[in-house]
Amino acid sequence: MPTLPNKPPVCVHGLRKAYSDVVAVDGLDLEVRAGECFGLLGPNGAGKTTTIEICEGLLAPDAGTVELLGMRWETDGPELRQRLGVQLQETQLSEKLTVDETVRLFRSFYRRGPTVTEVIAMVQLEEKRGSRVGGLSGGQKQRLAMACALVGDPDLLFLDEPTTGLDPQARRQLWELIERFKTEGRTIILTTHYMDEAERLSDRVAIMDHGKVIALGSPRELIASIGAEHMVAFAMDGGAAPLNLASLENLDGVSVARCENGGYELQVRELHRAVAALFEETARRGIVVTDLRTHSATLEDVFVSLTGRHLRDE
Amino acid sequence: MSEGSVLAQQMRPAAEPRPLADHALVQLTLVRFREFWREPEAVFWVFVFPILLATGLGIAFRNRPADVVKIGAVGPQIAAALRTEKSLAVDVLDLAAGEQALRAGRIILLATPAAGGGVTYHFDDTNPEARNARMLIDRTVQHAAGARDVVPVTDALVREPGSRYIDFLVPGLLGMNLMGSGIWGLGFAIVDARRKKLLKRLIASPMPRSQYLLSFLLSRLTFLYIEVAALVVFGQLVFGVPVRGPLWELALLCLISSLSFSALGLLIASRVRTIEGASGLMNLVMLPMWIFSGVFFSADRFPAMFQPFVRALPLTAVIDALRAQMLQGVGLSQLGPQLAVIGGWLIVCFFTALKLFRWR
Repeated sequence: MPTLPNKPPVCVHGLRKAYSDVVAVDGLDLEVRAGECFGLLGPNGAGKTTTIEICEGLLAPDAGTVELLGMRWETDGPELRQRLGVQLQETQLSEKLTVDETVRLFRSFYRRGPTVTEVIAMVQLEEKRGSRVGGLSGGQKQRLAMACALVGDPDLLFLDEPTTGLDPQARRQLWELIERFKTEGRTIILTTHYMDEAERLSDRVAIMDHGKVIALGSPRELIASIGAEHMVAFAMDGGAAPLNLASLENLDGVSVARCENGGYELQVRELHRAVAALFEETARRGIVVTDLRTHSATLEDVFVSLTGRHLRDE
Repeated sequence: MSEGSVLAQQMRPAAEPRPLADHALVQLTLVRFREFWREPEAVFWVFVFPILLATGLGIAFRNRPADVVKIGAVGPQIAAALRTEKSLAVDVLDLAAGEQALRAGRIILLATPAAGGGVTYHFDDTNPEARNARMLIDRTVQHAAGARDVVPVTDALVREPGSRYIDFLVPGLLGMNLMGSGIWGLGFAIVDARRKKLLKRLIASPMPRSQYLLSFLLSRLTFLYIEVAALVVFGQLVFGVPVRGPLWELALLCLISSLSFSALGLLIASRVRTIEGASGLMNLVMLPMWIFSGVFFSADRFPAMFQPFVRALPLTAVIDALRAQMLQGVGLSQLGPQLAVIGGWLIVCFFTALKLFRWR
C-alpha cells in the first residue's frame, strides 16, 4: 500500500451523497497535494461535513471514489484508520476522564506515534494534564480533540470546523497550533465557514456551495479571480435618488458594483483612483456619501461575487 | 513536501512493543472503571441502595415472639378462667364498653356469658389473628372447666435461617440489582456516548470495535462480583442469610444472569440517541419485572393465566434460581428451566443487538 511519490494523497472523484430530502454532495472532485493544507470553505449546509465524513470513512457515498494515500476504504479500512487523524465537529469527550487519560486511551488504538507526554505538549495542555475534561474551556477541549487526532502521528489530518464556537483568542491559539502542524509537513484537510480561517491556514481552498466546488485555488488566486483587490462599501444620505449600478461600474478603477443592505458595494482594482472617482461622481450629483468603508478583498468577497450570498447567511 | 519526505513516510517503523497497560482493551476497560467510580450516584444505587433496602426490610419483617393477645371479658368468672393463660391480656368490661373496644380494635375478641353457663365469643372471623385468638381462648375456657387433652403432645421450636422473610428477600434484591446494573450500566453509557458523538469519534479511530463492547463486559464482571459479594456478605453477617449451594455455582449463576441483562441493555441501547428515550425504554422493560418477578413476594401469587408470562421474564428465572441455590442448596444441574430462560434471553438479545446496533 505505498504512497506513490507523484500520486496526491487525497483523490476524490464524482462523489455524490443524497439524504432523503436533499442532495448534500453533488458530483464532487478533489485532489489534495502532499504536505498542503487544503481548506473546504462554504456556508453551513454546503456539504463540507458530508464530504469530509465520506473521506474519513464514516459515511458511504452513493457514488464516486475516494482514494487516500493510495488506499480505499472498501479494501484497506483498518490500515487507513491507522494513518488518519480525525477531529470531528461536536464530539464531546468523556467529562469524567482527565486530559492524560483521554490521550492515553486514544493513543492505545494506534500502533505507533508520539508518547502521551509529547502529544499533550504539542497542543500545549501540559498544565491541564491531570484536570478533568469537564473542567476545560472550549478552546482547551478543542486542543484536546486535536491531541486525540495527532496521537497516531497521522499522514493525513482531517479537521472539521476546528474553531467553531470559540472566542477570538482561543481561535488564534488554535490557528498557531495548526500552522505548526503545517510546517511538520502533514497533509491537512480543513473545513470552515470562516473566511479568515481559510485564508490564513489554507494553501489552497475549495469554495463549496450546494454540494459542489464552485471555485478552487490558493486564497490569493481566488481573490485575484474576481478582478479586484479592494472592496469599497458606502451608503448615502436618506433622501438621495438611487444610483445606477452601471454608472458606478463605469467609474475609474471599479470592476463590479452591487446593492448591499441599502448601500452599495464596489469591487475595486485601484483603491485611490476609485475612491476619488466615486467622490467626484457623487459631488457632481450633489449626493452626500456617508459611512464609507474599504477593505482588502477576501474569500468572503469571492463567495459573494460567485453566489450573491454571504458565507454566514443561514 | 519533497519527494524525500514522502518516501520517508513509507518507511514507517513497525509497531513498537508496548506494556500491557497501553493496550486498547485495557485502556477501554479502565475508562469504564473510572467513569463508574467518578459517578457517585451510580456507586450509591449499585452498592449502597440494596444494602439499605435489605436493612430496612429486614428490620420491618424481623421475626418476633408472639405478641400477647388483648381480649375483653364480661363478668369476673370468665375473666378469671381466661387469666390462667399467660399469653392473654384480659380486660374486664361491661357489655357496652366491651363492644365499643372491639369495634375500635383495642381488643380482638370479647367473651360474654351466655345462658346455661355457656360463653359467647364476639370476633371478626375474617381476621386470621382473631380466629387464632378464638381457638386459644376456647381451649383455655374448656381447660378451666376441666377438659383434658387426650393425646399427649410436645412442641419442638424451629427458627431456622432460610425460611424467614429476609432469607426470601436477599436473593430477590440480588436479582433486582443484577438487572438494574446490567441494563443501566451498559445501556446508559452507550446511549450517552452516542448522544455526545463519542461513539462516532471512536470508530473514526482504529479502535477495534469488538474491544469496545468487550470492555463493557470486563468492567461489568468486575463490578458484578463486588456488588454480589457486598449484598451476600451483608446478608450473611447481619441476618444470617445462608448460601447453601457451592459458591462457585452462585458465581456462575450471577455471571450468566448479569450477561443476560447486559445483552438486554445493549439491545435497548442499540439505536436510541437520547437519554430520555433510553430511560423510557429501560423503565418500560424493567417495570414489569419489578412487579411480576417476585422480588418482594412470591411470583406464584399471580393468577395461573399470568404464569406463562411471569415465568418467561428473565428476572423471574434469575430470582427463582438464586433462591433455590442459596436457600435450598439446589445444584445448577437441577435448575435447567431457569437457566434455559436466562440463556435464551442472553442469546436472542445479544444477536439482535449486534444486528441493530448503530455507532452513529
